[in-house]
Parts: sequence; C-alpha cells; structure tokens
Amino acid sequence: MSCLKKCGAPSIEELRASPGFPTEEDYKTGNIAVIECIEQIPCNPCETSCPRGAINVGNPITNLPTIDLSKCTGCGICVVKCPGIAIHLMDINYNEDSAMITIPYEYLPLPQANDTVTLVDRMGKEVCEGKVEKILSSKAYDLTKLIKVSFDKKYYEEIISIKRI
Amino acid sequence: MGEASGKMNNYDVVIVGAGPAGLAASIEAAGAGARVLLIDENNKPGGQLFKQIHKFFGSREHKAGTRGINIGTELLDDTEKLNIEVMLNTEVCGLTPDKKIWIIENKEISREITAGKIIIATGAYENSVQFDGWELPGVMGAGAAQTMINLNRVLPGHKVLMLGSGNVGVIVSYQLMQAGAEVAAIVEAAPTLGGYGVHTAKVARAGVPFYTSHTIKRAHGKNRVERVEIVQLDSNWKEIEGTEKIFDADTICLAVGLTPMVELIWLAGCKFTFIGSMGGYVPVHDRYMRTTVDGIYVAGDVAGIEEASTAMEEGRLAGISVAYDLNLIDDAQAEKRIEEIWTKLDSLRCGQFGEKRKTAKDRILEEGEGMILCHA
Ligand SMILES: Cc1cc2nc3c(=O)[nH]c(=O)nc-3n(C[C@H](O)[C@H](O)[C@H](O)COP(=O)(O)OP(=O)(O)OC[C@H]3O[C@@H](n4cnc5c(N)ncnc54)[C@H](O)[C@@H]3O)c2cc1C
Repeated sequence: MSCLKKCGAPSIEELRASPGFPTEEDYKTGNIAVIECIEQIPCNPCETSCPRGAINVGNPITNLPTIDLSKCTGCGICVVKCPGIAIHLMDINYNEDSAMITIPYEYLPLPQANDTVTLVDRMGKEVCEGKVEKILSSKAYDLTKLIKVSFDKKYYEEIISIKRI
Repeated sequence: MGEASGKMNNYDVVIVGAGPAGLAASIEAAGAGARVLLIDENNKPGGQLFKQIHKFFGSREHKAGTRGINIGTELLDDTEKLNIEVMLNTEVCGLTPDKKIWIIENKEISREITAGKIIIATGAYENSVQFDGWELPGVMGAGAAQTMINLNRVLPGHKVLMLGSGNVGVIVSYQLMQAGAEVAAIVEAAPTLGGYGVHTAKVARAGVPFYTSHTIKRAHGKNRVERVEIVQLDSNWKEIEGTEKIFDADTICLAVGLTPMVELIWLAGCKFTFIGSMGGYVPVHDRYMRTTVDGIYVAGDVAGIEEASTAMEEGRLAGISVAYDLNLIDDAQAEKRIEEIWTKLDSLRCGQFGEKRKTAKDRILEEGEGMILCHA
C-alpha cells in the first residue's frame, strides 16, 4: 500500500521512484530544487515559471515533472510557484557540517533570521534543530515566504520543513 | 458594477449564480453584445472563489499558481469593464420552461422577470453525515468553516477534527492551521486518502495524523463539541468494536462531498441523469451546455461537481452558445471558440484524477446527444 495514500506523505522509496527527485549524486552538485511530485495531476507552474527552462512537464500536462539539474541555479522561483508546496531547495554542502534547506512557508507568525527552529520530517516528526539564515519575500512570491534554514547535514534526506511556531 | 434599476423586466440573458461559472458566462455573452443580468443571492459575487486563498493548480491558461481569490478579482474586473448588470442579495426562487423567473430582492421584494435565455450556474451544497452528537454546536461543513476563516475572519474553534480526506478536507485543514487552529486528525472512511498527494503531504508534515478506514462514532459534549470518538471500519464498512479512539476537539468539520444545487433546473423541466461521482442528479446537457429545455443552459458545479477551472471553461461555453443562439456571433466564430475551450477542458480532465470526471462528463453528453436538438 502506498505510503502517500495511507499516511499522507510519500515515503523516501516512493520519492526515489519518481523522476523529479534527485539521486545521491545529484545532491552533491549544489543548491538544487527537490521536486516531490509523484502523482499525475494536471499542473505545470513549475515548468512555466522556471527562468532557465530546467523543468519539463510537457504534454499531457499530467506528466510528472523532470528537472535538468545542470540548468538549475537554485533561484527558488519554482518553490514559490508550486501550488502543491511540493518543491524545496537543498544545499547539502552549505558548509562543512551543515546543509541548508529553502522552504516555502505560508503560516504566521514568521520566524526571524538567526532564530533557532525545529525541523521536521515528512510526517511532521521533530528531527533536529536548525538556524534560520534568511527569510525572502517578494511581490512575485504572492505572499508565500522562502525560509532558509541550516541544520546538521546528516539529516538532509529526512528534513522537509520547520515546525510551526 | 451596474446596480439593478428595479424597472427592467426583460433581458436577453439572465444568469443565476455569480460564481466562476456564472461570471465567465456573463463575460462571454455580454462581450458578444447580449444584454445580460447576473443574479446572486450573496452580498458579493464570486461564489466559492473568494474563499480559495490557495494557489490554484492547472496550466498557465488556467491561471495556475494564482490564488483563487485573485482569479475572482480578475473576473470581476472584466464584468465591470463590460458593464454587466449584477443584482446581489437576490434569490432566484423559481422559473418556468417559458423562462419567467421569480426573484426576491433583499428578502423583501418579490417580482418576476423574463429572459430570452437562462444560464443556471448555482454551484453546489455540502453533504452531511449523521452520528451521535452531530447536532451539537461545533459540527459544521468544511466549506462553512472555510467561509468563516477566509471571508469572515472568525475561527470556528481551536482544535478541529476533519472528516473526509478529499481535496476540500485537506485544503480546509491547511487553511484552518493558517488561521491559527490546530487540526487533531483527518479521518477517512475509505481505505486510501482521497485528495491530491501534495495536499495531504503538506498537512502530514505539519504533524496532522490521518486515519483511513475510520469514521466518527459520536461527538461528546454538553453544550458543544468537546471530544470526538472515532472507530475503525472493516472491509464491509462495519465498525470494529474495541478500536475506538477519543480526541479532544471543539470543532468537527465534514468534508464528505458536494451535491449539485439543481432545484431550479428540475423546476424548468430539464432531463436529469444520476452520476454518483458527479455528486448525484445532474442535468443532461450537450457540449454547448444546453439542457433538454430550449433556452436553458447550465455550467459549473451544478452540471457535475468539478473545479473552478472547469467551471470557468463551462461558463465560457454556455456564454458563447447563448450568444450564438441569439445570432450575435456566427457559426465559424462560435465553433472555433467552442473547440478551443474543449481542448482546454480535455487537458483539465486527464490523469489519474481527471479521467474519472471525463468519463462521467462523456456519459452526460452521450445522454444529451439523443435528446437535444442540434445547433440549427
Ligand atoms: C475547499 C475548496 C477548495 C477548492 N480548491 C479548488 C482549486 O484549488 N482549484 C479549483 O479549480 N477549484 C477548487 N475548488 C472548487 C471550486 O471552488 C468550485 O468548483 C467552483 O467554485 C464552482 O463554481 P460555480 O460557479 O459552479 O459555483 P459556485 O462558486 O458555488 O457559485 C455559485 C453561486 O450561485 C449562487 N446561487 C446559488 N443558488 C442561487 C439562487 N437560487 N439564487 C441566486 N443565487 C444563487 C451562490 O450564492 C454562488 O455565489 C475548491 C472548492 C472548495 C470547497
């Protein structure tokens, strides 16, 4: 039984089997978009918003997105545009010990830069603490905020978001 | 937006319901030169759109990535540019096959208007389920809770249990958390979750547990909901004794489907067909959104529960065929637009979720084929 349709979140195996999800090698290439879109739904703002043309959905619009990571600069536009809040950026070599995740965030209150926050996995389980590096907002983001949080890099495959404050 | 003069009694086109379907229909019909009246019982136009504060799915043509509320504003701007007359706080209470419409303005003034053509775009209402304690204050439709938080800015409660894991259940759960409530659990009677995986994933990561093959057994509380008891179901949907769990919650939201609001269409004498996956009885119609009664058209959720994106396209179809049937646009123009819109509709009705809706719509259209006179 699929984890997605039972517990609400995809398992790492389900993600690895989808075309948009990075391989271990991909993760090493820098700050990249991680697409967690494993169900065929009619949706393509990731493709049409990418300024580099790195993401492809094509025809029919229900195809799962694929990404050419050699073109991805980690700009984060797809992260705010995805209506499913299903894309984040991951930089596993932010520094020697830390990875940095960039998440789309739509709750209030917002954390502040330098705050310590709790990071969670796909089922909402608390995994570790992290430090808010930066909060980005822009008119083009249409109210969604991008929050950059650094954390112990050994958890990079588990971490998906922060606990609401 | 033009206020109803109160004197006018005859229109080329009267559209009942100013949701995405009715608004889109009015823009097409008025754009072609018809004199259009748009009626809604609410004090604001927009139907469900103004409570959809999330970014929509779809493609660029369907304004994907744009919040529903902003799509609504764009449609309203267009109706204003076209000077479409909009009558708000006005309920359509009845209509006849010869297109007399009984309206009540501001719950006071009853009068009759007539129309050359009528487009019915009344949307849908929320289904309910019964369990012990379902009459306690604090039990409400998920759509009602969404109206409270996003339109009226009132939190219905602090701890919510959601019944139903379709898109409405999971989206409203997310929005309740955005509004500051906690969601204790999402309970689903079916063995698998119904909504899009991306929607379930975003509430799962917020720590909301899902209980599939479970339902609400009873709500406890003295003067309002205080606790909710859920129970597991076996493969025959029978409660399994001893599997009860109790949650603290002050609100129960029911997201158990929608039913097309078809009463006016019955009154008009249109033919119906029963399609469970479309919400129940739906009016038979053709690809031009014409019902089996001459001059009466349908669009949006009332013609089968789907989405705002499909509702807008169906509204456009209805608006264009009305304009065509009033001889305001010619054959070639009409066919070209109708084809374009059908291509978009087909793209919205594909994939593992859309396919079912496409099959259901095809059934409605097939039934329509035999019954509705072809375009002259
Ligand atoms: C929680 C939730 C999330 C959703 N998310 C999405 C999404 O992400 N993308 C998407 O595409 N769709 C979404 N939808 C679906 C979408 O909102 C509906 O499919 C769409 O609004 C249907 O449009 P409509 O014009 O047919 O009906 P409605 O929007 O319901 O409008 C009907 C109008 O008719 C009026 N009316 C009814 N009866 C009468 C009468 N007798 N007299 C006068 N006026 C009357 C009502 O007041 C109302 O304004 C969502 C729905 C819900 C509940």
